[in-house]
Amino acid sequence: MADAVEDAGSVSEPMDLVRLLLDEVVCVKLRGDRELKGRLHAYDSHCNLVLGEVEETIYVVDDEDTEEDDLKTISRKSEMLFVRGDSVVLISPFTRS
Amino acid sequence: MENGATSQSEGKDPSGFLSEIIGNPVTVKLNSGVVYKGELQSVDGYMNIALEKTEEFINGVKRRSYGDAFVRGNNVMYISAD
Repeated sequence: MADAVEDAGSVSEPMDLVRLLLDEVVCVKLRGDRELKGRLHAYDSHCNLVLGEVEETIYVVDDEDTEEDDLKTISRKSEMLFVRGDSVVLISPFTRS
Repeated sequence: MENGATSQSEGKDPSGFLSEIIGNPVTVKLNSGVVYKGELQSVDGYMNIALEKTEEFINGVKRRSYGDAFVRGNNVMYISAD
């Protein structure tokens, strides 16, 4: 019976949420003001991730202008990326923001 | 006696508190200072958290919202029931 409940796609532990995101496009927040958007190919309990068709965005604080509102971003793309779990902060389904 | 802790009544230990507030709106603050408000879906032993209807606040300003969000436990400073 318990299996049937899990199959229904319910989230009884947080990792279930990540399992539901397999093969979906996800948004991953990382330490150091970085974000990744890509398709989640694999994950494990450490939050090590394998992402495909990834776009990485780095938010840079511009010290020269001292205008804090002026956030500079750098983005780069890669076909496939392995992310070490310890730098992961948040994982969510990708939504346009 | 410490090993007998599992027989404690729920709510008398921190994880008991967490399981009591599942389904409730919570505020989660991370070590970075970022705050997430949402409905607590689940928590595990690492303090990994699944939130629903999540809103992200940076310096008290709402920055973004996520439908669902998984937060890795090591980043968590506190979880507060609203």
